[in-house]
Amino acid sequence: MTDTLNPRSWLYPTPRGLYCEPGGFYVDPAVAVDRAVITHGHGDHARPGHRNALATPETLAIMRARFQGMPDTTQQPLKYGESVKAGDVDVSLVPAGHILGSAQAVLEYRGQRIVVSGDYKRRPDATCPPFEPVPCDVFITEATFALPVFHHPCDASEIGQLLRSLETFPERTHLVGVYALGKCQRVIKLLRAAGYDKRIWIHGALASLCKLYQEHGVDLGDIALASDAILETFKGAIVLCPPSAIADRWSRRFFDPIPSMASGWMGVRARARQRGAELPLIISDHADWSELTQTLTDVGAPRVWVTHGREEALVAHARSIGIEAEALHLAGREEEDET
Amino acid sequence: MQAFAALLDSLSFQPARNAKLRLIETYLRQAPDPDRGWALAALTGGLDFPAAKPALLRSFGEEKIGAELFHLSYDYVGDLAETLALVWETRPDAGPPPSLSEVVETLQRATKMQTPAILRRWLDTLDSTGRWALLKLLTGALRVGVSARLAKQAAANIGDQPVGEVEEVWHGLSPPYRPLFDWLLNGGPKPSSNMGGAFLPPMLANAIERAELDALDPAHFRAEWKWDGIRVQVAASGGVKRLYSRAGEDISKAFPDVVDAIDFEGVFDGELLVRREDAVAPFNDLQQRLNRKAVTPKMLKEHPAHVRLYDALWLEGEDLRALSFDERRARLEAWMARTPRPRFDLSPLVPFTDWVHLARLREEMRSDGIEGLMLKRADSTYLAGRPKGPWFKWKRDPMLADCVLMYAQRGHGKRSSFYSDFTFGCWRQTADGKRELAPVGKAYFGFTDEELRWLDKWVRDRTTNRFGPVREVEPKLVLEIAFDGIARSTRHKSGVAMRFPRINRIRTDKPADEADTVDNLLRFVP
Repeated sequence: MTDTLNPRSWLYPTPRGLYCEPGGFYVDPAVAVDRAVITHGHGDHARPGHRNALATPETLAIMRARFQGMPDTTQQPLKYGESVKAGDVDVSLVPAGHILGSAQAVLEYRGQRIVVSGDYKRRPDATCPPFEPVPCDVFITEATFALPVFHHPCDASEIGQLLRSLETFPERTHLVGVYALGKCQRVIKLLRAAGYDKRIWIHGALASLCKLYQEHGVDLGDIALASDAILETFKGAIVLCPPSAIADRWSRRFFDPIPSMASGWMGVRARARQRGAELPLIISDHADWSELTQTLTDVGAPRVWVTHGREEALVAHARSIGIEAEALHLAGREEEDET
Repeated sequence: MQAFAALLDSLSFQPARNAKLRLIETYLRQAPDPDRGWALAALTGGLDFPAAKPALLRSFGEEKIGAELFHLSYDYVGDLAETLALVWETRPDAGPPPSLSEVVETLQRATKMQTPAILRRWLDTLDSTGRWALLKLLTGALRVGVSARLAKQAAANIGDQPVGEVEEVWHGLSPPYRPLFDWLLNGGPKPSSNMGGAFLPPMLANAIERAELDALDPAHFRAEWKWDGIRVQVAASGGVKRLYSRAGEDISKAFPDVVDAIDFEGVFDGELLVRREDAVAPFNDLQQRLNRKAVTPKMLKEHPAHVRLYDALWLEGEDLRALSFDERRARLEAWMARTPRPRFDLSPLVPFTDWVHLARLREEMRSDGIEGLMLKRADSTYLAGRPKGPWFKWKRDPMLADCVLMYAQRGHGKRSSFYSDFTFGCWRQTADGKRELAPVGKAYFGFTDEELRWLDKWVRDRTTNRFGPVREVEPKLVLEIAFDGIARSTRHKSGVAMRFPRINRIRTDKPADEADTVDNLLRFVP
């Protein structure tokens, strides 16, 4: 560790994204660039059109699925735990526990280590390996749910609510809004873990990523496209769809559906009502307040840069425990999006 | 407590009446005594303990996570009880959470000094939904969209009883209502309807139109004016005097002038009105007195309440409900004639020869205090609920206005994918002489399913702006709105408030420029 080197001199935000100067690459850039390191496949981190993209093999597979095969991008797969030299910087990828393929980018330069954690969570997820804390000099953390009001309850009890509602309203279709990448497959796995072995219906927009997860060894059980079935089938069924489809004409095919939504935002009543959720399920792929604060302790970094979300509260907390913390404003991150 | 909290949580997100009923019924069947009784008391507004002050909740929150973080949190969530419930963490070593009955029974005994310490311990044991429910109980307002009547309906449903039967015994019971559940679920005896000022479930009328009258024999019916007040029941027995709303809510506290004037025993139906000299004041005047906990002497003087009686259910120690309308009416008239009372009078019968005659009387009556006619079969016994056939309400034709659609919001349940709640406006001049639309009301019925599909498409195709679940649309579509009354209102931006607005017709033929102005509407104000 060299205290003389200012970390901001070799990794800093630019209008195109977070730039690593001695490595010559951007991490999760907001626009197409020459060289990009991608932490995970969500749209606000992985964008099309880079000339070179370095990411886990799973993330590259997700990007190919979303960006028509990405024929114009030179893809550089890097497995978890392996290391590669980019310019003068050593780059390795470590599991972030967020979604399939998600990684923290560990960057080392002249004895200094910065971890760009991307998006992460700390609780178990059957669709990806768990977050691994990496001791470092600077830890860059997300802050999507960085307020002490966010304590996500245990997943099993939220799934239990969905199953209880099916018992109370056995004739109604339970329409669950989920993000296509990650949340969808995690909710299916949680339902399976809770013993629900009936067919789970999915909206067409979820199909290709479910298939990709299955190809990567994630067993989703009996799933089928909702468009392939007759209406009678959906009585008392669980149908997963993108959140926007609940409000869309598409949902009219179901008789008296219960609109549900699986998201960390569902923890706050006003937000759940805004989304029109009648059965809010607090299931998040992001760290909640205790996970964020626990992670700061676990990585033991003397400096923390806080990005996208409610930076203010986490910066205040970090400073109160003696960490040198500041907000890092990155281009292209949607504050309210939970992807 | 956790099961009750889960119930409140589900209710707070579930807008549909039938779904709410199902949730309450499921809880009442599954929860043990006396928990379910206390839950029913909470839902019917029958629990009373000293409310926790916001300052206490705030100090708890600041103590837990510090003032800065608590402030940021409250700022984000917007509700104090919810914020505290979310930031407080469950302590695994704090022991099991309290049952609902433990919470209620402890709070009823605890002094104000003891409450904070008790509360702190419970907050440690409950999960965040449990804490939210506890704090809602403590701060007095559940706000889960359940009326007392709906909760009673759910109780009645679990025992396959009509809600009238539950309402009849209700006021003789007190929480946690063990005899009630014993009767409803375990085949126990029906609790007696204690006549100490008990509410008797009322008989209600069905709406009727002119054309349907021709199938009825006018000689079988009696007519009364339909007063534009609120239907009440005056119940006095065993020294207890009460005034109830039609739904059985005890509104005595808001109308001490009426209750103090009860110097008799019996149970009567009547219309609660504000009356000055001999004239009935507009409904708006009565509204000033509703939903108030404390009544000021000024209010009593300027808005004196009055009950216009039209039926007697019990009189002189006798249950009259099995008698015919004519017989009950004769008893009521004779009783009224014996002792005149300034706060009570008799709603007169309207004599008529045939429907054409009655239709003319209805047309000619232009008094503000009257909203139509009531038709009651002369031989009708008093039946709780809304039986088909004996009683009808023949309302005055609604007022109509052409308004312009401004905003639309998605509905709930079956309508969750449809834009089905419509906000409409009328034109007015701004200070700088421009013409603008001012919202004058909101309607979510009156259209057919086919019209709804049409409206939904129209809204989707003409959206100009979105605010969360609300869409703003091009001000191009004229809706003919029917409404039963209109009053000036300081709470509405346009200065008017409509009663019972609904969409009468979609006027695609009419240009939006030619819709009504707010000034046109004001002409309807009595």
